[in-house]
Amino acid sequence: MKEDIKITVFDRDNERHDLDAPTDMGMNVMELCKAYELPVEGTCGGMALCASCHVYVLSNHILPEPTDDELAMLDQAFFVQDNSRLGCQLKIREEMDGLEVKLAPVSQ
Amino acid sequence: MNQILPFNPGFTLGERAEHLEKQADGRWCVTTSRGTKHLAPVVFIAGGLGSFEPRKPPIDNIEYFEDKGVEYFVRYPEFFKDRRVVIAGGGDSALDWTIYLAEVARELTLVHRRTEFRGAPDSVEKVQELAKSGKIKLITNAQVTGLHGNGKLDGVVIQHDTEGEFTVETDYFVPLFGLTPKLGPIAEWGLELDKNAIAVNTLDYSTNIQGIYAIGDVNTYPGKLKLILCGFHEATLACQSAFKVARPDQKLSFKYTTVTGIEGLPL
Ligand SMILES: Cc1cc2nc3c(=O)[nH]c(=O)nc-3n(C[C@H](O)[C@H](O)[C@H](O)COP(=O)(O)OP(=O)(O)OC[C@H]3O[C@@H](n4cnc5c(N)ncnc54)[C@H](O)[C@@H]3O)c2cc1C
Ligand code: FES
Repeated sequence: MKEDIKITVFDRDNERHDLDAPTDMGMNVMELCKAYELPVEGTCGGMALCASCHVYVLSNHILPEPTDDELAMLDQAFFVQDNSRLGCQLKIREEMDGLEVKLAPVSQ
Repeated sequence: MNQILPFNPGFTLGERAEHLEKQADGRWCVTTSRGTKHLAPVVFIAGGLGSFEPRKPPIDNIEYFEDKGVEYFVRYPEFFKDRRVVIAGGGDSALDWTIYLAEVARELTLVHRRTEFRGAPDSVEKVQELAKSGKIKLITNAQVTGLHGNGKLDGVVIQHDTEGEFTVETDYFVPLFGLTPKLGPIAEWGLELDKNAIAVNTLDYSTNIQGIYAIGDVNTYPGKLKLILCGFHEATLACQSAFKVARPDQKLSFKYTTVTGIEGLPL
């Protein structure tokens, strides 16, 4: 079994949650948030089709580039910034230790 | 469809259940978007995550301007004939309608948050050409952040990444940001809701209103899992309870179709 890493999630009230994230379960950041019962819907199940897992990346980690599908979905989302990512497309890996993200506002 | 065939149910397709009303005789009446009425002693709601509705940009007064210049669909293109139209979005539907309405509208502006478009390369190229030839106005790296008008839309406020804020006068604003599932009319039926889902009693998946059941993704209870298997299980238990409401004078008997078959069908 691999060691868990730490991922910090700031919720929409800016409250800080330091989460233990397993790197050997094929989990992504959306699923991690759901596992800790943070308010992330994950409506499409992680298919980059709903943007309910939209987060802002606050730390300087170098993350895999977004795919075309992720960019296409972000084009349809709101409150998008340069550091926007879809949590479901961020597969948890060891290099992400210490990653800090903030949940983007939910749109109607 | 073959599976349900022996039970010979009625179907109403392509319509949305909108209203639920209790009748004087105790039965329920469900009315659809096209006015079809269904009378029944019990109602099962199996609406999943709801019906797909357009994603609305977070602009404060957007709802006020609905039907007063804000349109989320292009239902009748001729509606925009000789009018000024601002479209927002960067996907295929924004591109397709820009190309189509460029020929119809008097003035057409497309606003997109980035410089790149995700649509079909063909459409992207066409839109770029229309912009170059001056047939449309293309504003990229920008978002529509405000609407104004007196009883009727007359302009949109655009926030540009480098040029700041400015207004474009228009008769119509058409935001095209895809669809998202919404509980919709079901949310107005007086049912107890918990985070956009209908709260049920796990004994029989009944709601707070007698005779109304909610099964599948649309319901919630402690330990709820959104799975096909769970939806079937909920439906099975709800049917037992619904039978007693619908036919209070009849005895409910439990049978295996693998043993006794289905009444009227060869085993
Ligand atoms: C990406 C993804 C993968 C999944 N994979 C699995 C899996 O592997 N295994 C599994 O068991 N489950 C899986 N699920 C979950 C499964 O799809 C759902 O649990 C199941 O489809 C729910 O069925 P339902 O009948 O409750 O709702 P739905 O299948 O959502 O059907 C609801 C229907 O009601 C209609 N409707 C809504 N409101 C109204 C209205 N007012 N009037 C009329 N019609 C209305 C909708 O248009 C829709 O057709 C997955 C879900 C997703 C998103
Ligand atoms: S869960 Fe739907 S886009 Fe990430």
